[in-house]
Amino acid sequence: MTTKKMAIIATKGTLDMAYPPFILASTAAALGYDVQIFFTFYGLQLLRKDLSDVKISPLANPAMPMPVPMPVMVQMLPGMESMATMMMKQKLAKHGVASLEELRDLCLEADVKFIACQMTVDLFEFDKSEFIDNVEYGGASMFFGFAGETDICLFV
Amino acid sequence: MNFNKEFDASGMSCPLPIVKTKKALVDMESGQVLKVISTDCGSVKDMQAFADQTGNALLSTTEEGGKYIFMMKKK
Repeated sequence: MTTKKMAIIATKGTLDMAYPPFILASTAAALGYDVQIFFTFYGLQLLRKDLSDVKISPLANPAMPMPVPMPVMVQMLPGMESMATMMMKQKLAKHGVASLEELRDLCLEADVKFIACQMTVDLFEFDKSEFIDNVEYGGASMFFGFAGETDICLFV
Repeated sequence: MNFNKEFDASGMSCPLPIVKTKKALVDMESGQVLKVISTDCGSVKDMQAFADQTGNALLSTTEEGGKYIFMMKKK
């Protein structure tokens, strides 16, 4: 049996949207898939050594379940984003959901390959020293070299 | 049922029970049995799917007092 492959393009850098790529990648790796994640635009934030700036905002996110209804005028107040992030992290921990750091480590342990989009690294003037070590840098062509042969290819 | 190793995933949510079951199997030998305990009801279907896709054999699934017990025989 040939090894199945999965490629994911991770474009979002918020706490909620950081989970799907890492959950799917770690699970696919556990199932024996060869997995690559291509991080581009805001998804690059997920490669930082320090993930504490990865946050969630209730603002412009009407689908986010809130303990109490909160008018947009309140959501935009300073500190609301940090509060929402803290509450979400507490909720995740209470339900036994792994932290992003743990999921990312599990991906790396399982040999999931992380590729950072060189163009957006340059565009946003990211300092590569702020990223974890296990990252390769490349462009769309490099990604297609792998993605073209995958069984599953997802855009998150 | 006899088993060679136990992994307790109680309190863990998707995808940890599966990802860590896979990790627990790594240093086991073919034919050995891993007992997995989980409190995540989603892992009932996930564990079967894991077995189907990896070729490891899910010998049994039982429920005891809100906990799910899986016996997984390594391929």
